[in-house]
Amino acid sequence: MAIETKCLSCIVCPLSCRLRAEIKDGKILSVSGNSCPRGEMYARNELTAPRRVFTSTVKIKNAFLPLLPVVSDGSLPKGKILDCALFLRSIEVSAPVRAGHVIVPDILGLGVNIVASRSMD
Amino acid sequence: MDKKAYDVAVIGGGPAGLAAAKAAAEAGAGKIAVIERDRELGGILQQCIHNGFGLRHFNEELTGPAYAERCLGLIKHLPGVCFYVDTMALAVQNDNTVVTSGPRGITAIKAGSVVLAMGCRERTRGAIRIAGTRPAGVFTAGAAQRMVNMEGVLPGNTAVILGSGDIGLIMARRLSIEGVRVMACLEIAPWSNGLTRNIVQCLDDYDIPLYLSHTISAIHGRDRVTGVTCVKVNEAFRPVAGSEFYLECDTVLLSVGLIPENELSRQMDLPLDPLTGGPVVDQNRQTAHTGVFAAGNVLHVHDLADFASEEGAIAGRAAALHSSGQLAAPPGVLPVIAGDGLRTVVPQLLSDPGGGENIRLFVRASRPREKVTLEAAAGGRVVFTRALPAARPSEMIVADLKTDRLPKTADHIVIRLT
Ligand SMILES: Cc1cc2nc3c(=O)[nH]c(=O)nc-3n(C[C@H](O)[C@H](O)[C@H](O)COP(=O)(O)OP(=O)(O)OC[C@H]3O[C@@H](n4cnc5c(N)ncnc54)[C@H](O)[C@@H]3O)c2cc1C
Ligand code: SF4
Repeated sequence: MAIETKCLSCIVCPLSCRLRAEIKDGKILSVSGNSCPRGEMYARNELTAPRRVFTSTVKIKNAFLPLLPVVSDGSLPKGKILDCALFLRSIEVSAPVRAGHVIVPDILGLGVNIVASRSMD
Repeated sequence: MDKKAYDVAVIGGGPAGLAAAKAAAEAGAGKIAVIERDRELGGILQQCIHNGFGLRHFNEELTGPAYAERCLGLIKHLPGVCFYVDTMALAVQNDNTVVTSGPRGITAIKAGSVVLAMGCRERTRGAIRIAGTRPAGVFTAGAAQRMVNMEGVLPGNTAVILGSGDIGLIMARRLSIEGVRVMACLEIAPWSNGLTRNIVQCLDDYDIPLYLSHTISAIHGRDRVTGVTCVKVNEAFRPVAGSEFYLECDTVLLSVGLIPENELSRQMDLPLDPLTGGPVVDQNRQTAHTGVFAAGNVLHVHDLADFASEEGAIAGRAAALHSSGQLAAPPGVLPVIAGDGLRTVVPQLLSDPGGGENIRLFVRASRPREKVTLEAAAGGRVVFTRALPAARPSEMIVADLKTDRLPKTADHIVIRLT
């Protein structure tokens, strides 16, 4: 099979380098255009199994706001984000909460935790 | 009226204001007041629940609220810093007294120096005049962001986003995650105004089409929005006849730009830069009014909170030095001009440029370009060059200029892209 080139923008940092990946038989032969090694890693992941950090909110009781912002403590498969969001709708926590507290351990068995983005009393 | 005396008064408790307070304390100011109209500190960051903050300032990718908590953690314990929340600064008088209204009534805060760090606000529909009816369901993207992320209310079921600013892009993803259908994002310019990474992870990830060179020509609906007419525009931003199409929606989000919040600056008759929308300042971020400084989004719109913090620190330090009489009075000022390829430059003035100090310049390109050189010229000589892989209006360019390179005969400095 011929070598195929795929172009994508790196989203790891705001520099947004334009990356080119050469692919043959579904295997990534090379990545170019990146200004740092994170760009190559990104292209390899993005073309095989794209992942994203996920941010959302959960309900919170006894706090001055009705919602607590939360974030995944690592990236999770892009295709699972909407499932995670749906799951978080069933969660309610109670103040006080400290930043970094685990709100949902190992969400949907994906190996990442959902943690509080901020403290709330 | 209750009266209080401080060395430095900071108006606004966002990242710029908090960094200013910290830097002022480190530069020796003994008593510092931070005045914030909201019920808590942190500024706009509290509603920006997405990640992407702090890569420069904390070497770590944080969410907005986490970034705010870090900033607060750095100053909460400082003995001389006093926080006034739920307190609005109403006016800054000629002698640098800040008149405030808060839970304890009207208080006059007399300060040696004042740092303006009021942030910015969003341009509204009125500012861009869309034709059609006036139904409910039209929001600025930032107002919708506060509703969804802090108050727990969704603005509607089906949305169209006008403008590709970062807030609009971030909200396209946020609404999609919460089950709202986002039909499209329309941008009148032939390029996006948001960061490329936000186009990828907020629009492409959710299959939301981005229509460049397009705008909304009419909003429809009687009580509630029922749809919008979209149209292609030519280079002069005029509608192209026959290109109209209709999108059904019950919500329109406007992400059409931010304007520095300068009511106080205007009351004080501070000269404003028509392009940045903020006060004209020198390298210490001192405005035309001696002892009044400005930093963050009130000065010019920042895309990264990290830079707002950095600028807050510059202003806070200088404010502390001014209040203790250590900031040399400006003997002369040298205009810094945005030349070819650039839209804005901050600072717009250099005071006492003979000192050999490093001047941090924040500039913005007027249109996207690849492989350019940023250049500073003074007295007929090029005094600084730096090659850049790309320059985009949505991404601020930061450069450091050493003043000992400036020829003595220079009467202005031009910064440009070649
Ligand atoms: C939706 C959105 C997404 C963003 N995404 C990112 C991102 O991913 N990464 C990143 O690094 N940056 C991002 N930014 C940019 C960053 O958040 C801002 O540049 C930064 O918060 C500006 O800080 P500031 O202190 O100047 O203003 P603000 O944070 O707006 O703070 C100003 C404060 O002043 C207060 N105030 C105003 N007037 C008065 C008055 N008269 N009296 C008392 N208080 C007053 C306000 O209540 C407010 O708290 C984003 C911004 C927005 C809006
Ligand atoms: S390749 Fe490196 S420098 Fe370029 S955008 Fe990606 S992370 Fe940033």
